[in-house]
Amino acid sequence: MLSVRDLRVSFRTEQGLMQAIDGVSFDVAESEILGVVGESGSGKTVSLLAVMGLINDPNAIIEGSIKYRGRELVGLPAGEMRKLRGLEIAMIFQDPMTALTPVYTIGWQIAEQILAHEKISRAAARQRAIDLLAEVNIPNPQEAVDRYPHQLSGGMRQRAVIAMALSCNPALLVADEPTTALDVTVQAQILDLVRKLQRIHKSAVVFITHDMGVIAEIADRVLVMYGGRVVESGTKRDLFLNPQHPYTRALLDSIPPLEGKRPRRLRSIPGSPPSLLDRFKGCSFAPRCPLRFEKCAAKPDLVGTSHAAACFLAVTQ
Amino acid sequence: MLLALLQRLGQMLFVMLGISMLVFLIFFATPGADPASRIAGRGASPEILEAVRKSFGLDQPFYVQYFVMMKKIFITGDLTSFVNRGWKVVPAVLDTIPVTLSLVIGAAILWVIFGMLIGIVAAATRGSWLDKLLMILGLIGISMPVFWLGEVMNLVSQSRFHDTWMFSWVPPLGYKNLSDDPKGWFLTLIIPWITLAILYIGLYGRVLRASLIEALQEDYIRTARAKGLSETRILLRHALRTSLISFVTLFGLDFGALVGGSALLTEVVFNLQGVGKLTYDALQNLDLPIIMTTVMYASFFVVMANALVDVVYILLDPRVRAS
Repeated sequence: MLSVRDLRVSFRTEQGLMQAIDGVSFDVAESEILGVVGESGSGKTVSLLAVMGLINDPNAIIEGSIKYRGRELVGLPAGEMRKLRGLEIAMIFQDPMTALTPVYTIGWQIAEQILAHEKISRAAARQRAIDLLAEVNIPNPQEAVDRYPHQLSGGMRQRAVIAMALSCNPALLVADEPTTALDVTVQAQILDLVRKLQRIHKSAVVFITHDMGVIAEIADRVLVMYGGRVVESGTKRDLFLNPQHPYTRALLDSIPPLEGKRPRRLRSIPGSPPSLLDRFKGCSFAPRCPLRFEKCAAKPDLVGTSHAAACFLAVTQ
Repeated sequence: MLLALLQRLGQMLFVMLGISMLVFLIFFATPGADPASRIAGRGASPEILEAVRKSFGLDQPFYVQYFVMMKKIFITGDLTSFVNRGWKVVPAVLDTIPVTLSLVIGAAILWVIFGMLIGIVAAATRGSWLDKLLMILGLIGISMPVFWLGEVMNLVSQSRFHDTWMFSWVPPLGYKNLSDDPKGWFLTLIIPWITLAILYIGLYGRVLRASLIEALQEDYIRTARAKGLSETRILLRHALRTSLISFVTLFGLDFGALVGGSALLTEVVFNLQGVGKLTYDALQNLDLPIIMTTVMYASFFVVMANALVDVVYILLDPRVRAS
């Protein structure tokens, strides 16, 4: 349903052009959960903000193609894009503490979105808001609907944000690290909730995270991003059992194993993500890669179909 | 809620008590501030000074003088002027209140409407030539001293262009009662209103623009965009609503100060017998009873305005309601 081809996002800055996204391509099928994983600055959020049409920095340049159900979103007029946003493509944000307007009740904010897209009465919209709050397991929704964001805990706010995102039954839900700002027990509840709702509403979900554990929990397919490019993509099974890109392998190595001997220290990846201003011409991971060799001076293509990796050493199908 | 109001009232009384004592001490009890020698005039003999002291009650201890003065202001209302003996001060101050209120309320309506308009338009078109133009105009408005602007307005409307179609409607300077002559009241006040409001229009426009642009960077604005709301709705219902909180704070302070006599320069320039003008005249000849009374009146309004701001806060910001 969503097909992104060779997406490039760059920002004009005083130090020159900053290439945040460098030719990213991926697909999302109907009602699947795609996990997008990568370090901070790998471009995972920016690429999805581009899909949402939410990059409104006048210095941003967006190129490539984003097709949603056959419709090209790059260059779509703002009014058309607005009709899609919230109705067909919805988004959940990282920090529920700041994602809601502090001066309105959550019920009002949910109803506002419904009223923006559908012609129904205020009372009906309010009733829908109450039903949605019940659906995301907020206790006592009749009362919670009139609560202000500051009166709710982080987990409850994130549920309210999810209820809002689901209010118009979107076909595609983009979740940008929705569990990062929450504590661990609440994280698990939110993940369960997203999975349950995804089954009920049959929405496709793009789940952005930097946590491999969350990916293992929720995703059907996984996209690994590094330095503004996709370095590996495949099913969750492919990626966890047969990682091809050294970066994916390094990410998996940094998770503490549950079985077997406990390592004295977890392996971390030496170095830091590349600066977006002067990018290494070849493989962007090469400067930190333990397996680097001469070929890495050239940029590797993403090779493979169901399981693809952008590495000269990768063996993929 | 009732408890909070009573608490607030108690605070107000406490602040006013403190102000009254301070002002009294400054004018009556600081070393060198001898009201009797001022009243008696330069080079008065000790006998005359003694007689003046006795006559004005300045020979009593300070606390007695203070309480007598407070009683005369608040209870009996028969405080008389030191300069014009027999002239009752409290009715004189009460007479000036409608003038100052007419001036300040009219100007406040103008500056809130135009300040908001300029702030919103500038924030919506930020970076464009319109935004830059509005901000430069705002800066000019802030930079023009009100007494100079008032004189220029007078020069143009009363003298140079008075006989042209543009300003022939402008009545001579002075105040007309709203109840006697509503049309005259309105016409005489138009130019003072504009003069007083221009500074605040510039100031409020700039402050609101900055606060709107800051609000537009917030996460909840991104959420609002993700909901598919229109830019107008995002600006007015989400960004403006949260920016109004700082706007109201500023308004409360300015409004209270102006009603309390800060509109002095405008009143003097346009010959409006308001509280500011009265205080100004009293300061010229150090008429202490008038100064004390107007200070009490001014502090009352500043404190009142702040209390009102607190109430508006409660309406605007649910986060304040909870605590």
